[in-house]
Amino acid sequence: MNPSSRLTPYLYVMPLLALLAFVFGYPLIRIFEFSFKMVRGINGPWIGFRNYELVLTQSLFWESILHNLQLLLAIPAMVIISLLVSILLYERVAGWRIYRIIVFVPFVLAIPIIAVVMKRMFQFSGPVNEFLRWLSLDFLALDWIGSSDVALWTVMILIIWRESALGIILFLARLLSLDESMIEAARLEGASWWQRVWYIILPQMRGVIEFFVVVSVITMLAAVFAYVFVMGGGRGGPGTSTTVVELYIFNALIRTSLPGIASAASVLLFLVSVLLIFPLFSARRRAREQEG
Amino acid sequence: MTAARLPRAGDALKQGVLLLAAFMALVPTLFMVLTALKSDEDHAINKLGLPETIVTEHFRSVLIDSPFLAWMANSFILVAGAVLLGTIVSCLAAYAIACMEFRGRDTLLAASTSLMAVPPIVMIVPLFVLYTQLGLISTYQGAIIIYAGLITPFSVYLLTTFFRTVPKELFESAHIDGAGHFLILLKIVLPLSLPALVTLVVVNSLYVWNDLLIAIIFLQEDSKRTLMAGISVFQGRYNNQVPLTMAGMVIASAPMFILYVTFQKHFIRGLMAGAIK
Repeated sequence: MNPSSRLTPYLYVMPLLALLAFVFGYPLIRIFEFSFKMVRGINGPWIGFRNYELVLTQSLFWESILHNLQLLLAIPAMVIISLLVSILLYERVAGWRIYRIIVFVPFVLAIPIIAVVMKRMFQFSGPVNEFLRWLSLDFLALDWIGSSDVALWTVMILIIWRESALGIILFLARLLSLDESMIEAARLEGASWWQRVWYIILPQMRGVIEFFVVVSVITMLAAVFAYVFVMGGGRGGPGTSTTVVELYIFNALIRTSLPGIASAASVLLFLVSVLLIFPLFSARRRAREQEG
Repeated sequence: MTAARLPRAGDALKQGVLLLAAFMALVPTLFMVLTALKSDEDHAINKLGLPETIVTEHFRSVLIDSPFLAWMANSFILVAGAVLLGTIVSCLAAYAIACMEFRGRDTLLAASTSLMAVPPIVMIVPLFVLYTQLGLISTYQGAIIIYAGLITPFSVYLLTTFFRTVPKELFESAHIDGAGHFLILLKIVLPLSLPALVTLVVVNSLYVWNDLLIAIIFLQEDSKRTLMAGISVFQGRYNNQVPLTMAGMVIASAPMFILYVTFQKHFIRGLMAGAIK
């Protein structure tokens, strides 16, 4: 092999290395540096752990974390809805092709658009409450958007609504790769629907369910910005009732221009996501092994 | 008798569950479209029902009196730029990883793949500070590079997996015919990987088109706003003009909706592949 052909592979991966180094590598090094500095404009003096102290003693930061954790409660609902719908689609219930196109729609619509629409639907005098009153369920006609006790739960409804579509997509992809003969055999043996689902389908879906749960945990902790930004009027409102860690970082960087504080919070979020990379990869591997 | 009736009752229940799910999935869209077609007075007294008369006035005012079309054009530029850049970079790298031997190959793939799990917000602060310094805030090229970077780890992962399934004999015979690597990639691997490429373009376009975080931080100037960032501004300004807002949302969701309905096969395949992310 001549020297030029030994270099060829590196020529092909060079653009990738450059792009990843710029978009991921540089920032991931800099957030650590910034988190120990008092950054004004583009740089500043080292100040040790002061930024971390400030972040960790601020009640708003802890409140934000609590809100992210509360959103985790959406995951069981998402799993159950996705399982139910994907299994029914898999059974090719009459009209399943149309149903499949429709239940994927939430995932095609952009989060900001759907958040704007939901916000209008859930307004105090909006259609949801009108419908509830029409059903004589007046006690359920809450101030979904304007009350700080309820607002985060409303965001959660929106998240469940949209992210369940992802679960359905994932689960259906797995179901379509199942060996149907076993399910058919169970049916002929007289196994009921529940028995077939519980003893034959669900055990084979463990891998993909785990994977969906881990992906959703990452979403709830670090990727709900678009939901809360629109629903909370750009400020995590009413008050601070829908502020999450991402919005905390956004505010520190853009609204109060404190990159040091924003970096310290970013480092903490990054460390959490590193912890989650391992379960993510092992869940992905297990999901694929089960499929193979 | 009972044995024959029971499955039918079960079928009705299954139909019912799917109907309810489909209804829930469509309700916001229905509300959006129906409300957009109502007059303000009609909406004030009739929030649940069909429009009394169809009013298209709101669509006209969104398209003419607001910068909606300019926002859409911005989003389109970003999608085109980022997806093109990301795809080229990923194709080159995935080809090397899948079809060549070199030191650090597996490490590179593992590192690139693990970046998929890093939330974009973590990269924002240093990039924002750097971009301020370089004057790259509110420029297309600045945002395109970030988007291209964010979509690349998944693209490399998907393409590498796909390129590995291309039969090795095809390369060898091409090599014997004297074709270089670039020619093999262009003439053999890419045409064979067209389904994967289409899937990738769908998933990545959807990501860039729908993103709010990067758009709102890196494209602050009004003339550079994307559709999603524009919407977030737009809805606050017309807070109590619900039909007008909904007309805006109908227009904003129309491109992806039309693409979805026209190319459902590719979309569904793309969504299913993208989900493994």
